Amino acid sequence: MSPIIDLFLTFAKVGAFTFGGGYAMISLLDHACVEQKGWLSSDELMDVTVIAESTPGPIAINCATYTGYKVAGMAGAISATVGIILPSFLLLFFISRFFEGILAVPFVAKAFRGIRIAVAILIVQAAVKMIGNLCKKSPHRKLQLPIVGLFFLLTVGLNMAGAHIPTIPFILGSGLVGFFLFHRPNRKRKEESRL
Amino acid sequence: MIYLELLFSFLKIGLFAFGGAYGAVPLIRDVVMAHGWADEALFANLVALSEATPGPIMVNMATYIGCRQAGLAGGILATLGVVLPSFLIILAVTILFQSLLKKTSVQAVLKGVKPCLMGVILATGVSMGASVCTAETFRSADLTACSILFFLVVVTLLYRRLRKAELSPILLISLAAFCGCIFY
Repeated sequence: MSPIIDLFLTFAKVGAFTFGGGYAMISLLDHACVEQKGWLSSDELMDVTVIAESTPGPIAINCATYTGYKVAGMAGAISATVGIILPSFLLLFFISRFFEGILAVPFVAKAFRGIRIAVAILIVQAAVKMIGNLCKKSPHRKLQLPIVGLFFLLTVGLNMAGAHIPTIPFILGSGLVGFFLFHRPNRKRKEESRL
Repeated sequence: MIYLELLFSFLKIGLFAFGGAYGAVPLIRDVVMAHGWADEALFANLVALSEATPGPIMVNMATYIGCRQAGLAGGILATLGVVLPSFLIILAVTILFQSLLKKTSVQAVLKGVKPCLMGVILATGVSMGASVCTAETFRSADLTACSILFFLVVVTLLYRRLRKAELSPILLISLAAFCGCIFY
């Protein structure tokens, strides 16, 4: 089988069977790309994960693009990326035609009122896990935790007031703050670079 | 022009969505609500739907919103928008500058961005929880919602304590749907 088609099919399978996105996908990618196909070494998969964490966009897309490019160049990168997206794209396209209609059914509406509570819990849980990791691993936690608190309060305040949350200015601003607080050009410290 | 609006809105999301799926939720919420593509309730349902269907959450949300607003072409453009920045950035990093991300200046910037996002994500979750549990914009508490929230939090914490693992999001969503059907 041509590697381009092989990449497409392998990533389509990963895309079709991982629920929850992000980190849930890493273990499937490990199984498919490292163990079955030998496209990447485990070390390389770790590297891709770190790159994926430091660059914007869905982690799964980052992994697919990297692996595809490594195995078969530009065409491989495109075919792996399209492969990982296509199954959920088709499914969501189909669902989008009747989802809001179904939501109007009283029994489903009740179920989704319950589900909204679960979604809030999932989001809080994701944030708590990240903050926990920050407290455990980051050498700069004393400076970083106040940043977490500041943006938490700002966002809650704006939400209560019903105002629009300027997420992109927040990201740019905090990047600038990070640069001035943590960049030490003359003392090159080798520290854990994950957080 | 709805097509261009979808493409550019989701390009913006794809370019600034650090920190995985939940890192993007506040940003998508901001953009989607500003355009009036979904209200608070539909948006929360959409997060649940994207979580409960396979594939990357961000891509699923983009596909859904694009298809709803402008059919198949809208779906393709929104999905392309959310995927393209990370596709190009990874290609550039792989081909041109493997060492860029290890630079201390880049790491310093990321050390500021990450805690900011953690604060914003936490606040988004808390605000969504608060808006579900209060009726009429924070004026009175919705007791049913509060009890379901309490029950789900207890189950999540107990599960983690007993099984030493996270309760799977799909299980939590199913349980919440069940509670919703029974108690509302």
